[in-house]
Amino acid sequence: MINVREKYLGSNDKMSFMDRIYLPAIFKGMFVTLKHMLFSKSVTTQYPEEKRVIAPRYRGRHVLKRDEQGRERCTACYCCAFICPASCIRIVAEEVTPEIQHNHPGEKYAKVFEIDLFRCIYCGFCQEACPKAAIFLEDIYELAVDSRDKFIIGKDVLVDKKGGPRKIRV
Amino acid sequence: MGEEIIIAIIKLLIFFFAMFTAAAYTTLAERKIMSYMQLRKGPNRAGPWGFLQPLADGIKFIFKEEIVPAHTDNKLFILGPLLMIAVSLMPWVAIPFGDKITIFGREVYMQLVDINTGALFMISISSLGVYGIILGGWASNNKFSLMGAVRASAQMISYELPLGLSLAAIFILSGTIGTRDIILKQIESPWQWNIFVQPLGFIIFFTSMLAETNRTPFDLAECDSELLAGYHTEYGGFKFSLFLFGEYINIITASAFMAVLYLGGWSIPFVNLHDLGLSDNLIGIISVFVVLAKTAFFVFVFIWVRWTLPRFRYDQLMDLGWKMLLPLSIVNLMITAAVVLFV
Ligand code: SF4
Ligand code: SF4
Repeated sequence: MINVREKYLGSNDKMSFMDRIYLPAIFKGMFVTLKHMLFSKSVTTQYPEEKRVIAPRYRGRHVLKRDEQGRERCTACYCCAFICPASCIRIVAEEVTPEIQHNHPGEKYAKVFEIDLFRCIYCGFCQEACPKAAIFLEDIYELAVDSRDKFIIGKDVLVDKKGGPRKIRV
Repeated sequence: MGEEIIIAIIKLLIFFFAMFTAAAYTTLAERKIMSYMQLRKGPNRAGPWGFLQPLADGIKFIFKEEIVPAHTDNKLFILGPLLMIAVSLMPWVAIPFGDKITIFGREVYMQLVDINTGALFMISISSLGVYGIILGGWASNNKFSLMGAVRASAQMISYELPLGLSLAAIFILSGTIGTRDIILKQIESPWQWNIFVQPLGFIIFFTSMLAETNRTPFDLAECDSELLAGYHTEYGGFKFSLFLFGEYINIITASAFMAVLYLGGWSIPFVNLHDLGLSDNLIGIISVFVVLAKTAFFVFVFIWVRWTLPRFRYDQLMDLGWKMLLPLSIVNLMITAAVVLFV
């Protein structure tokens, strides 16, 4: 017969006298904490002044990219909106008229492109799905704002300010 | 008679101010030491080294809304923290925090009152501390608080016995129960300090004191992981800060107990200040700092223990109290008595 106590709870029975009086182990532990206190360097990052180096594949807030000529890449194909598991992307597409062709190479463009940052789970599916390499989750992580509405961000915030070669992140 | 009262009042005022400041800075010390042990930096935004943090905390506590939950017993609910802080201050009546100084031809003892049963008084008052906790827990009308309060009382009662017995050994040794007299018995050389004469008694006393002050590893009364915060779950704002202060004052009190009873009060090892040709008043003032330093050392040890050891399980706590500390302290008492009697 298996002695249940011995098998599962038996550690107390096997304690030696030194274990039972606790003190040696206690002193050992106290020595460790004292060593930490006196000799170890703290690992704190003093946040607003110092910032952590974040990983190259970090997924922060989205950015809508521009192409080499500074035109918006997004063609309002809805791929990102479809794949989004949190359904937090809202796009209103519109036909590109000649007047705005300098800014939009395709036939369609996103008139409204909104992301609800409260619902977004930062999974990065949208950037995987985008056929135009237009949406990327960049290293922006300071997202605090002072009212709830501001967490639904539109094109004014999302679109990259400058154009230039597309930055592909691995 | 009038002068006596004035001196007493002055001593009291200084004492109150010093005590609350000390308790406030003990919280800072605790947070700082804990963070360094955990490889963090701790509070460092309010003033250099977080030096103004206690002030900021105090302001926050005072300006928080006073909430008294509707389902509580209002009078007792408020009495709990008041009792806690009152009782935590009372043992200091009998704790000498220095030798004596002479002002205007009067000898002023650095002690609120020199009671000739000082040590007994301290110990009996400090065991009253549990009433604040019980009232708080009971009046909160909340399962967890009550559980915390019940645990606290069971724990305090169990640890009162070894505490008293190890103290009795000291009484037998020094033949007196006045705190000042106990110090004077140890003053000659550090080898007369009770910590060396009574090492076992000291360990028992220290452990029981940890339990009395509800500190980790014996903080079963608060026990965040099982009981939310135990007896002060329902408290917030200023009332909570009274509990907090009470707890930290208790720690300082316990440390002062040990400095006085086991580390020889104001005696400095291997230095006799009277031989150095210092004036009596200077010696008196130095003695206060010596007691303070010893107290601070024990406060540090309290914090150190807290951030090293995990919490006991409740049955382990009771086992340790009744099956180890109590027999050990009885043995300690008997050996001491035998030695005093026959040697
Ligand atoms: S990161 Fe994920 S959840 Fe957020 S918008 Fe893209 S697909 Fe949706
Ligand atoms: S961001 Fe990319 S996937 Fe989304 S609508 Fe624009 S082009 Fe399509």
